Amino acid sequence: MNPITLSRWQFGLTTIYHWLFVPLTLGLGWFVAYMQTRYYQTRDENYKKMTKFWGKLYLINFAIGVVTGIVQEFQFGMNWSEYSRFVGDIFGAPLAIEALLAFFMESTFLGVWIFGEGKVPEKVHLAAIWLAAIGSNLSAVWILIANGWMQHPVGYAINEVTGRAEMTDFIAVIGNPKAWVFIWHTLADGLATASFLIIGVSAWHLIRKQYTEVFKPSFQMAALVGTIASVFVFLGGHTMGQYMYEAQPMKLAALEAIWETEQPASFSIITIGDLTGRQEVWSLHVPYVMSFLACNNFSCEVKGVDQLQTEYEAKYGPGNYIPLMVVTYWTFRIMMTIGFIMMAAAAWLLFAARRAGYENAKWFKFLPFWAIALPYFANVSGWVLTEMGRQPWIVFGLLKVQDAVSPNLTILDLWISLVGYTAVYGILAAVMFGLMKKYAVAGPDAAMHESVDVAPSLLGAQD
Amino acid sequence: MSYEFLQTLWFILIAILWIGFYFLEGFDFGVGMLLPFLGKKDEERRAVINTIGSTWDGNEVWLLTAGGATFAAFPHWYATMFSGFYLALFLLLVGLILRGVSFEYRSKNPDPKWRNRFDWMIAVGSFLPALLLGTAFANLAKGVPIGADMNYVSPNGLAATLGLLNPFGLVGGLTTVAVFLLHGANFLALKLDGDLRERARAISKKLYFPAALMVIALAVTSYIYTDISTKIGIDPGIVPIASAVALLVSIYFINRKMEGWAFITVSLHIVLTQVAFFMLMFPRVMISSLNPDWNLTIYNASSSQYTLTVMSLVALVFVPIVLVYQGWTYYMFRKRISAKKETLVY
Repeated sequence: MNPITLSRWQFGLTTIYHWLFVPLTLGLGWFVAYMQTRYYQTRDENYKKMTKFWGKLYLINFAIGVVTGIVQEFQFGMNWSEYSRFVGDIFGAPLAIEALLAFFMESTFLGVWIFGEGKVPEKVHLAAIWLAAIGSNLSAVWILIANGWMQHPVGYAINEVTGRAEMTDFIAVIGNPKAWVFIWHTLADGLATASFLIIGVSAWHLIRKQYTEVFKPSFQMAALVGTIASVFVFLGGHTMGQYMYEAQPMKLAALEAIWETEQPASFSIITIGDLTGRQEVWSLHVPYVMSFLACNNFSCEVKGVDQLQTEYEAKYGPGNYIPLMVVTYWTFRIMMTIGFIMMAAAAWLLFAARRAGYENAKWFKFLPFWAIALPYFANVSGWVLTEMGRQPWIVFGLLKVQDAVSPNLTILDLWISLVGYTAVYGILAAVMFGLMKKYAVAGPDAAMHESVDVAPSLLGAQD
Repeated sequence: MSYEFLQTLWFILIAILWIGFYFLEGFDFGVGMLLPFLGKKDEERRAVINTIGSTWDGNEVWLLTAGGATFAAFPHWYATMFSGFYLALFLLLVGLILRGVSFEYRSKNPDPKWRNRFDWMIAVGSFLPALLLGTAFANLAKGVPIGADMNYVSPNGLAATLGLLNPFGLVGGLTTVAVFLLHGANFLALKLDGDLRERARAISKKLYFPAALMVIALAVTSYIYTDISTKIGIDPGIVPIASAVALLVSIYFINRKMEGWAFITVSLHIVLTQVAFFMLMFPRVMISSLNPDWNLTIYNASSSQYTLTVMSLVALVFVPIVLVYQGWTYYMFRKRISAKKETLVY
């Protein structure tokens, strides 16, 4: 493999891994903050138990999200130094602001929340969890503004002398509509991911008839939030389609595998292509739907990959401007199918939970628990789609991935770091998964009383 | 605001972020490295961790902000340094990952083996970044092989990482480790109670002379490996001398059990040493060992005037706010911590 491929694998691997933990952090923070607020208002012990229990899972998940985030911030410079030189003026700004505004807030107040109970006034302790939740979500806002610029560059000019992109309009960069749709889609997705975790874990306890005082209200809260959030995720995604139609038509064509320009465009539910991806073997199409996805009406023209390739060659010079279609096509389908299942499942659970004895139903024994995994597949697919759909560009229309990589790195360096990250991340995932499972299964009593859980001594030899 | 003024301002701001990081994470790293040696029983180890438990993560953000600010204000500095120190930074990241996770996970299982393993990961995860940062900073002062295109001269990577481990780099790394250990011990003496406090004091006393020796070695070797004598002169000026004096008098306070002053003087030493480093660098941000014309300076490595202006406004508003609330958390958690089960947060 060449250095570009290795750096891409590493970035993909570390980013996807980071993103396995972040959505839950984004969403679960709001839940924990709300539960603690309810306890503060009502003094109902059950809310305290809920806060403690979900708070514990929140922290176990949070730890990995934070440490893998540091890698993200460093590897632009480490692996993509030419990219960093080119975009530093614009991309660096939201990143620096993210650290200054969001990271400080999130980490400082999370520290106050973990260690402050009984040591700081109760109101301050409550404010701390809200500020930590706001901080995490703010950090997502700034990184998505940075990513939005890579998808749809605005507010810049290319300096003729240095060849670098320079910021000309900060307000345009932070007001980038593409970024804000992305933010809406992502923050709602965080809530949906957290909702499904709460739904699944609560159901696991409810079918065992334990801690119902904690898990019934948790379940109901999550079913409601999950339904609303999934709808917002869908609406955000749909709106993204229209921005893509204007800003990145190639990505749109690629996620649909539309080779020939169509008007009106039909939507492919499933297409089995031959190995080249150019010949349809079998497909199922719904007429008009693709036009609706792309421009909110049923008759617009959706440009095909072939026409766009010709247009791009005329505009940007010779080269291959077509993303890896098999990836864009299938990640889009996985993401969207799961999105619909999530909406339906959350709404169904919300509706079903209104009846007494729902926890005895047969479907309840497996459906909610397995649903925990749904958002994770959708989250990963979504990021892979949006990043790989932009290929060969790293900044759309301005800089290609092949010109962005650090020129000084050797294959050996990259293998060392790639293998190293994979090993460390793999071990961490196993430890983290074990702990999540342990605390999820143990229930709220364990979370309430953990502070007395002191080991007698450390390795007898030392005592 | 003129372009040159903004470039200087951002050099100073990034210097402040690094100085703050060295001061704050300096004792965090020290505490982390001392953890397995100072705490014998589980409660003791937990007490040691809790001295930094609520604040280490916020302290680490100083590093992230320094990185982000460098990216925004001096993209070429960020690009050259981060790609040039590739494997060193990779190891530093692994250290920070292990350490950060361990703080959260070490108490999630009562098994002594489990806890011991994570405690050692905290120690190693504190040692590695301290050593690597010290090595990296020494090499920044010494100069690194940067070519005309601002990139490290290939082939580098493994070779460059081994190149960082030259005598001066090693002295820089080991000095940083030694001083952070001392700084951590002083911090622990200030924050712990009872028997642990006595032990932290005793360790601080023991660590003082090795640390002082390393600092002398660093000072002497700087005259050989950096251009301090031609740029600043044989007389290094008030800042490095004040830094040395601060370290010199700290032993008086350590011996007299005046923990507050011991902590302040060693902190002063760390801060002033970093100030001296940035004064030596200015206006350069990366020194090319191949050709002085290929140095990265605040003038050829910076962002546009527009970006620097925007970032200055953002910093002007938010830096004071951050300083206030971070300072407030130290005030909130100012009480000494004793190794009693009932009072410890796990």
